[in-house]
Amino acid sequence: MRIVNRVLDVLRGRGRGQGAADLDEELDAFFAASVEAKMAAGATRAAAERQARIEIGSRAAVRDWVADVGVGARVAALWSDVRFSARVLRRAPAFLVVAVVTLALGTGANAAIFQLLDAVRFQTLPVEQPGELVSIAVDRHGKPRVGMGFRRGIHTVSLWEALRTESQAFASLLAWGTDTWDLSATGAFQPAQGLYVSGGYFDALGVRPYAGRLLTAADDHWGCGNPGVVLSHAAWQTRYGADPRVVGRTITLNRRPFEVVGVAPPEFFGVEVGRSFDAAVPLCAEPLIRGARTATRRKDAWWLDVMGRLKPGWTAEQASAHLAVISPGVFDATLPATYDAEAAANYRGSTLTATPAATGVSTLRTQYATHLWLLFGGTALVLLITCANLANLMLARASARGREVALRLAIGASRGCVLGQMLVESLMIAGAGVAAGLVLANWLSRTLVLLLTPEGGRIVLDLQSDWRLFAFGSALAVGACVLFGLSPALRASGTNPGQALQPGGRSGTESREALGLRRALVVSQIAISLVLVVAALLFARSLRNLTAVDLGFQPGVVAATIDLNRTAVPPDARLPLLEQIVERVRAVPGVRHAAETFLVPLGGSEWNGRIALRGTVQDGVVYFNSVGADYFTVLNTPVLSGRAFGPSDAVETPKVAVVNEAFAKRYLRGGDPVGQSFEMDGGNPRPSFEVVGVVRDTKYLDVREGALPIAYVSIAQDPRVPPLVAILVQSDTPLAALAPTVTAAISGAAPGVSVSYSTIDGSVRALVRTDRVMTLLTMFFGLLAVLIAVVGLYGVMSYMVTRRRAEIGIRMALGADQRTVRRMMLRESGLLLLLGATLGLLLAAAGARYAEGLLYGVTPWDPASFALAAGVLGSVGLLAAWVPARRASRLDPTIAMRD
Amino acid sequence: MSPADRSNALVQGTLDMLILKTLALEPMHGYGIGARLTQISRGVFQVNAGSLFPAFRRLERDGLIKAEWRGTENNRRAKYYALTPRGRAALKAHTDAWETQVGAITRILKATPGEL
Repeated sequence: MRIVNRVLDVLRGRGRGQGAADLDEELDAFFAASVEAKMAAGATRAAAERQARIEIGSRAAVRDWVADVGVGARVAALWSDVRFSARVLRRAPAFLVVAVVTLALGTGANAAIFQLLDAVRFQTLPVEQPGELVSIAVDRHGKPRVGMGFRRGIHTVSLWEALRTESQAFASLLAWGTDTWDLSATGAFQPAQGLYVSGGYFDALGVRPYAGRLLTAADDHWGCGNPGVVLSHAAWQTRYGADPRVVGRTITLNRRPFEVVGVAPPEFFGVEVGRSFDAAVPLCAEPLIRGARTATRRKDAWWLDVMGRLKPGWTAEQASAHLAVISPGVFDATLPATYDAEAAANYRGSTLTATPAATGVSTLRTQYATHLWLLFGGTALVLLITCANLANLMLARASARGREVALRLAIGASRGCVLGQMLVESLMIAGAGVAAGLVLANWLSRTLVLLLTPEGGRIVLDLQSDWRLFAFGSALAVGACVLFGLSPALRASGTNPGQALQPGGRSGTESREALGLRRALVVSQIAISLVLVVAALLFARSLRNLTAVDLGFQPGVVAATIDLNRTAVPPDARLPLLEQIVERVRAVPGVRHAAETFLVPLGGSEWNGRIALRGTVQDGVVYFNSVGADYFTVLNTPVLSGRAFGPSDAVETPKVAVVNEAFAKRYLRGGDPVGQSFEMDGGNPRPSFEVVGVVRDTKYLDVREGALPIAYVSIAQDPRVPPLVAILVQSDTPLAALAPTVTAAISGAAPGVSVSYSTIDGSVRALVRTDRVMTLLTMFFGLLAVLIAVVGLYGVMSYMVTRRRAEIGIRMALGADQRTVRRMMLRESGLLLLLGATLGLLLAAAGARYAEGLLYGVTPWDPASFALAAGVLGSVGLLAAWVPARRASRLDPTIAMRD
Repeated sequence: MSPADRSNALVQGTLDMLILKTLALEPMHGYGIGARLTQISRGVFQVNAGSLFPAFRRLERDGLIKAEWRGTENNRRAKYYALTPRGRAALKAHTDAWETQVGAITRILKATPGEL
């Protein structure tokens, strides 16, 4: 405090500051000029000096008066207001805490969600002229795509090459594909996010190297063999310890050596928002890294994403029109030879499109956009409640302080003075709340990203504090604070202080309309909190449905994915090797069952296609998997009729299949499904399978999906075992203890193979993670809202009781008993609750449709949730109202009437 | 609160206008301004330092005058004040308003019973 006062003295020019010296000098000059003038008029020097001194008067006084003119004086007045306000607020700690906490929660939650929305949707890429970038996609007009699909794969290599030669709308084009690479040279699998980029990728984006050089067109030509690799700045820092000599070092990607040629700049994460990359190699290195799974030479392998930089003067619409014109030629020239007539017609009918991509591309956008908007709506409601609550608090305070304001006015404070101090006080509350909100926002948005990040995955988002939104939220909150904070001063200055100060007299600050306003605020708080509670209950029910859903198998299974690409085993030797591996895993202590499989259920990969019955291709997509003999035993999927695969099924014996109930119901009607046969579409001739068993329906890709038709074929009958297979293990041993022993067993049979582990439990958790997060957050918002609303109700009811003391006293004196009084007070709160709840239910019903797509097994208009929400809010509200009602009923009439 | 209204019979705000008017003739230092005011008003206004200096600061803060240290005709240093364009405009506005008011007040004071 003393320091502040000294600073203020200096500001006012009372210290030894520059301004003070200047003033002294000026006064000296004034004095000298005055003396000269008087001497010129005939006075002696002594008389002139005396006279001049008298005229100037006290120098200190002059200094003081001058100081009062400067800004310092205003600062000093402000400071005294601040000190006074701090004292006032310190006397009302409960009020201060409630106000600050509600403000912080309201603005903080809002800003956090908006930060996420902004990072995912609105921020432009950190590249040169992002406004010129367009994303080039294929519009299939709703027709299916045939072939091998990769994550975010939109184009094939042949499409990409045709685009490069045919399109004229672009100054440059860039393509990229994503992959997960193993960075370890020998040991355990070290996953890294890899990018295959076209030679012009970095140049087209205008990205400059942080160290070394980036990849150029010269690096990317088919058959380039073993070109260089560019590391991301983050990977260079975390994985290579920011080694200054990293350029020139050799690292391995999927056990192939690559030379590091450069490091990308820190801000560059690629063009896909929410994802980063660790290393990038030219497209031409893909065959080397993926090995037998290469997509480069397949015209039906969709694995590239393409962007273009528009030529100056071109718009995305013009580029789209241009692409539509060249589309027939491009698709004609790149038609995969393996397509049948229907697939070829669909392919030829596709159109290339260009859409603005200044903000990059993102799978998060489609995945989470609805969630984020919904949460944003939730936070907006919380903010509204916050404002209503603040207004209510401030009004309550206003009525309590009417007398104080009247006193201050009576002893001579000007209206402006009182208003100024009240303004400072309101701004202090708002400032504290907003500052706390800022801290909360950063913490909350980071926590949210963590909650949304899949296990073992990464979501890399550039979370910037969004000043626009925070300013908006704060302005709203500050506005509420100031508006209602000033009301006591405004009201009081309109009344006669003498009247307000009379003992027992109502201050006149809480008029009828003010109470009406407070009631309206409480009703709106109840309504809004009801909406949030309904949302929370809907999501909770949906989550419960999801976790209770019957998967058709037992999820407590570990999947060890092995990559045979990286062993020296030739493709035709894989089958015996795989059998040997499974044998060894089965022998590991603690392992009950083990089975090999091509795809892990709910693992995110799919293999689908069509089937033909007696030569006719059937409608609809069938999902396939190639599995080992014990697959159904490991997963505990019951075989309903017929048999599972057995040792009798071998490469030489006729091909057999096991289908699920949905498959049998859909395609094998009429008679026992076992014994019937179907053909898999695609081969020539189509391979035929005899159905030997029917198993229960299981989930294939997602927990939410209905029963998909699934056909299992025997991996033992596939002469060309896929290079990437998984061993499913059923065991009671925890994963951490199990993994090393299983790895040892696998390595024993196939030295050098890389193994990575996942659990089906984990996949299930990952699939319902967003639901869990939504439930958590809506619960949080709902709880918060109810809390705030109930506090508001309690406040209004308590005030009512205080105001009606005399009336209640009279009623009791005239014979009303405690019950009557209590009922009278409760009726009032009940009315507010009823009104708020009705309004809230209507609001919730109107807004529910936005949540429709996110719910599972519960309609957005679920009556149980609505009823429960109303019930919970009603009972909590009545509980809050009961306390003041009881107080009213216990009044002593003689005392109450005397006041 | 400026001491001008306490120690002088000057109407509040008038001192600022008079200073601006004085400076409109030529840039001048503090004592010169006070002496000129006394001289032109034929001794009616005796403006002391305690009134003048806060007024200078106020006008300077509002950007109506600007100050500069210069040598005087008697080879002393003094802070000279000069009118800024904004000051010139403010003087014009003040003068107009003043003349309107004075005219009105004069008419009222000189009104005869017949006119009322």
